[in-house]
Amino acid sequence: MDALSLIQILESGLRLSVPLIFACLAGLWSEKSGIVDIGLEGKMLMAAFAAAVAAFMTGHAWIGVFAGMAASTLLGLLHGFASISQRGNQIISGVALNMLAAGLTALLGHVIFKQGGRSPPLEGAARLPELAFGQSAMSFLAIAAALLTALALARTRFGLRVRAAGENPAAVDNAGVSVTRLRYGAVILAGLLCGLAGATLSLGQAAGFLPMMTSGKGFVALAALIFAKWRAWPAFWTCFLFGLLDAIAIRLQGVALPGIGAIPVQAIQALPYLFTIVLLAGFMGRAVPPRAAGQPYVKER
Amino acid sequence: MRALVLGLAVSAMAGFAPIGSASAQAIKPAIVYDLGGKFDKSFNEGVYQGAEQFKKATGIDYRDFEIQNDAQREQALRRFARDGFSPIVAVGFSQATALEKVAKEFPDTKFTLIDMVVNAPNVQSVVFKEQEGSYLVGLLAAMASKTGKVGFVGGMDIPLIRRFACGYVQGVKAANPSADVFQNMTGTTGAAWTDPVKGAELAKSQIDRGADVVYHAAGGTGIGVLRAAADAGKLGIGVDSNQNGMHPGKVLTSMLKRVDVATLTAFSDAKDGKWKPGVMVLGLNEKGVDWALDDNNKALITPAMKAAADKAAAGIVAGSIKVHDYMADGKCPL
Repeated sequence: MDALSLIQILESGLRLSVPLIFACLAGLWSEKSGIVDIGLEGKMLMAAFAAAVAAFMTGHAWIGVFAGMAASTLLGLLHGFASISQRGNQIISGVALNMLAAGLTALLGHVIFKQGGRSPPLEGAARLPELAFGQSAMSFLAIAAALLTALALARTRFGLRVRAAGENPAAVDNAGVSVTRLRYGAVILAGLLCGLAGATLSLGQAAGFLPMMTSGKGFVALAALIFAKWRAWPAFWTCFLFGLLDAIAIRLQGVALPGIGAIPVQAIQALPYLFTIVLLAGFMGRAVPPRAAGQPYVKER
Repeated sequence: MRALVLGLAVSAMAGFAPIGSASAQAIKPAIVYDLGGKFDKSFNEGVYQGAEQFKKATGIDYRDFEIQNDAQREQALRRFARDGFSPIVAVGFSQATALEKVAKEFPDTKFTLIDMVVNAPNVQSVVFKEQEGSYLVGLLAAMASKTGKVGFVGGMDIPLIRRFACGYVQGVKAANPSADVFQNMTGTTGAAWTDPVKGAELAKSQIDRGADVVYHAAGGTGIGVLRAAADAGKLGIGVDSNQNGMHPGKVLTSMLKRVDVATLTAFSDAKDGKWKPGVMVLGLNEKGVDWALDDNNKALITPAMKAAADKAAAGIVAGSIKVHDYMADGKCPL
């Protein structure tokens, strides 16, 4: 384990954590405003799909990224409509979103490309290139997004109001600010961030779309959000930790460690999960969600 | 319904067609693919190509099913059997348990199982000597490597994939006894066949450690392996289907496992009434495994490499080179 391989593990860890970071920040915005977002997974998947299709059709990765953000935001607005305007159950709406995305992407993918739902491999300019340290632009965007989110939630008027809408919407309303508009704003932000997460998956990490390619990352991001107690920087570091554990599991496989020797593959692969449980059980303390999360706001008459 | 009627009409026509020999039968073939899906550019896609070839040659259509989870294997097999399909090709070792059960329930249905053995009077098991093909690509990998370090990325960690790995290592060491071989498995569940992101990360980690040729036996995950190798300016080695064309000039060769031939043979034998139950072992000698040489990789294979591979292939067929089979004793001598 020399310095070089340590750097490589850090690089790989950041690469793997980028979709988690975007998705986790998306969940953060949404839940801070009082809208529980189980649908992160679905939005990410839809974005990954739209990004791959647009990038393949146009040959430009960034057009794909915008298409992914647009598709995911549309789904986000659907969730918003169900849970803000119609005051529906947010969990059910989110689950429905996940199922919709899982089915729709595979179906549309097969109709468009006739390859069982997968997109053709993307080449050249249709993929996000590596810029520095083995990272694509998305990694730097993820760091910027975490920074901006932390700043916005702590310092800006919009951020503070979003937080208030998630803690005590009645007070926000009394002050003459529209809870509905704040929550829609947060849901749209969540959609845009999930779009970046999905585009990272299909245009950066893989070269193309595969059905179910998010493979539970949206739920990992939700877990990270709880673990981070709904705060932006801890969310960033938690996601990075998850990515790092994944990277360690990948890099340690088949490498003989000094003094221990080669560790069985299965033990290595269980490592991230073991770590997560130990961390969650031992170091976390109480995580309190925004008080009004999950409750539709009904204006007093 | 219309598809069924059409299917019956087509098979009836085939039955009465003048080109069919006297023993030709009307058959309704079907395929159940493994996780990874029909278009994995690898193992399952090979079966698909074989079936398409059959369809083109005979005009007999077939039904197929891509399972989404393990629980669907048994349902899919039973459904096809109940609807009167035969022969039914079950793709992949994971189908064995389900097939064993369903084959007992439908003793008149012909089943062909690829990659695993089930002993039943109506089951034909087709297995391959992957170690022999892997030995040859290992030999080529070691000769193409400049760093003396090569990699292997497996899909799910099962004895079958260890057999690929073991054959590969033997081939590498035969060409360069001091070569290093890095071996990684993607996972321990079926999801390990469809994770190109992890495949790419594994390949990158091996390339970072100095590997300049990476062989994969990982189904859809391998798409990521080959891409990572191509991106880094290194060489990948494909598996099952000919994957040389996926990144022309960046894929050294592909270890061909002729599941397409196995499928085509199962279908045509059933049509001609020659289908027989039992175990078929296809190795180099039976042309069941091979390595791919085409326009996409001919610049990468030097005459010396081709000669060495041909010599080794002849040696394996003649028995002068013994390639150890991991599945025989669960151990790899190297």
